[in-house]
Amino acid sequence: MTSPIAGGVDCDLHPAVPHLTSLLPYMNDYWRDQVTTRGMTDLVSQSYPTHSPISSRPDWRPAQGKPGADLADMQKQALDRFAVRFGICNPLYGVQMVFSEDMQDAFCRALNNWLAKEWLDKDDRLRGSIVIPTQSVEKSVAEIERRAEDKRFVQVLMLVMGDMPLGKRAYWPIYAAAERLGLAVGIHAGSAYHNPPTSIGWGSYHIEDYVAQATAFQTQLTSLIVEGVFARHPNLKMVMLESGFTWLPAYLWRLHKFWRGIRMETPWVDRAPLEIVRSNIRFSLQPVDAPPDPATLNRLFDHMQSDELLLFSTDYPHWQFDGDEALPPGLSPDLVRKIMIDNPLKTYGRLEFAKEATP
Amino acid sequence: MNIQFRDRPEPSASVSVKSAIADCDIHPARATRDELYPFMAKRWHSHLETYGVQAYHGMMEGPPYPKAQPNASRRDAWPPEGGPQGSSLSFMQKQLLDPYNVALGVLNPLATGQGLRNQDLAGAICSAINDWQIEKWTSKDKRLKASIVVANEDGISAAAEIRKRAGDPNFVQVLLLSRNVEPLGQRRYWPVYEAAQEIGLPVGVHAFGFGGNPLTPSGWPSFYIEEMVGHSQCQQTALASLVLEGVFERYPKLKMVMIEAGFGWAPSLAWRLDKTFEKLHSEVPHLKRKPSQYIRDHIWWTTQPMEDPERRDHLFQTIEWIGWDKLLFATDYPHWDFDEPSRVLPAGVSEANREAFYLGNAKKLYGIS
Repeated sequence: MTSPIAGGVDCDLHPAVPHLTSLLPYMNDYWRDQVTTRGMTDLVSQSYPTHSPISSRPDWRPAQGKPGADLADMQKQALDRFAVRFGICNPLYGVQMVFSEDMQDAFCRALNNWLAKEWLDKDDRLRGSIVIPTQSVEKSVAEIERRAEDKRFVQVLMLVMGDMPLGKRAYWPIYAAAERLGLAVGIHAGSAYHNPPTSIGWGSYHIEDYVAQATAFQTQLTSLIVEGVFARHPNLKMVMLESGFTWLPAYLWRLHKFWRGIRMETPWVDRAPLEIVRSNIRFSLQPVDAPPDPATLNRLFDHMQSDELLLFSTDYPHWQFDGDEALPPGLSPDLVRKIMIDNPLKTYGRLEFAKEATP
Repeated sequence: MNIQFRDRPEPSASVSVKSAIADCDIHPARATRDELYPFMAKRWHSHLETYGVQAYHGMMEGPPYPKAQPNASRRDAWPPEGGPQGSSLSFMQKQLLDPYNVALGVLNPLATGQGLRNQDLAGAICSAINDWQIEKWTSKDKRLKASIVVANEDGISAAAEIRKRAGDPNFVQVLLLSRNVEPLGQRRYWPVYEAAQEIGLPVGVHAFGFGGNPLTPSGWPSFYIEEMVGHSQCQQTALASLVLEGVFERYPKLKMVMIEAGFGWAPSLAWRLDKTFEKLHSEVPHLKRKPSQYIRDHIWWTTQPMEDPERRDHLFQTIEWIGWDKLLFATDYPHWDFDEPSRVLPAGVSEANREAFYLGNAKKLYGIS
């Protein structure tokens, strides 16, 4: 195995909301009343069924309650164990699934306030992502601006499967706000289930949905690149979270080939897709979808032709690796340093800055 | 690729590939709208004149994402006698079969009844296309072989059409498209696999088709390039569905060909399937082997549009992960992203692998001596 080094950044941690009622203190009277009077159920997404093996590593699964719901567990099992300097919290609570933009907005605001109070306030290594109500771009921008005043929020968080492809121009005010405020935009695995979870319809199985997440990231990357997001926002960093990355080289060969052939359709794309990925797109390390032999993995790193693309992540509490093997075997010390420290610090401009400015 | 912008002489013997090749993806077209009528009952002639064809998208004519040039075809592929690209046998012989020394050409008709909402009409058009392939193409040039097209959403009718063609040497495969009403592993499609296994033909899955689902899990994208690049994502999902539903457990002799959706994605898909299967196998206990093993044993891949990394060793490593015995050369004639045989494979490939890639694998799979 490759040993992690101290002082790294864990870019994908999942604190769990115990229940919808846990957010009631962070809602106004109207929404508190809506939740209770209407008997709303907990927002558990099909993307991560609580008892599915991938939703929690067996030794990280608590005796009671949802995996990832307890700060002391996260400290012991992830933050202390991998000796990180920062850990970025990406809540996956299913607020994106509701269909009313007003309800989504209320739930997102509550979720972000809950994260600040119940997690960020309690461990100064933790940093947050701003979950946004993507059905309304206007409300999303307002929420980004509101929460960005707290410098511990380092990223805007969206799901890889939503209402529209992410490159669509309607979303651009979100990207403008993120770029202006020095926030990265994280795209995490998971679906709002407002569309079928694959591009050819509904499959039968949870495993099918999970495998399909990687293809959803591929279509989103195409959309972001060809719509011209990075021509308009050259300083914007987007991070693919829990996306897998071993598909990237072959995906880019194909995209590059078609771009060369029909670039007249999208003349605003001013750089080759490969260059855009190298300058603007990053990937969290886990899951590593490759055989566990160093030779194959090192070939894949060679195919990626860059050591700046990967950001360390445990994906806590999801089950991606066992023991302390958060890093795949065979990585050079130089690559370990880049993945754990240099690449995350370059991606998340607010990380170092936030240390002094924390309220 | 994009040979429309390349100024080049007509191929002649001097630039041709010396050894014979198989072209596993050729698209024959109709010269006129009513070319199929002799193969269809009268009832359908008037139906087509009155109502046209209704697919699982809104356009009465043409594709929802406009192609980059007419019929997505090479600009030099218009037959001199008129009609659309790919509609003339003599011109196909002159432009493709003769100069490139094509010993086996597999026809994959695209504008068929597949993907139509009216299943009776779909079945009538598909059956007509199958007769038309014999009449216009395979009976006139023995190098050409046909694909059985079927009403893909109607398993019973599709299986009957497949069995009707059993033993006919004009046909070498059953053809489906990648985008259907449901993912291809779903049970509504099993009669197709059962019949194909029974008559001993592989099932080809060609990119394209519309099944009513948005082209991404986040809805409809904006551009043709997104549709084109996206074929590999659709194909990955279709293959994952076939594996996870247990199609290859149920039909252990079934062979399938992934056509025109690339192959570079195959290793990472197989790794991801295996890795996830390690954790979630209890959900799919009908699978007796690792997902990658089904893929290795049951799936072949056509090459066009050929993966084109900057470094050839990356290409060779990718092919080694898949298997040199699993690739089938294809040009996609007459489409614009035509792969020219002499330019596709970089230097540095052994003679045995080269022969397998260009011809041997296809002859073996399609049972051509």
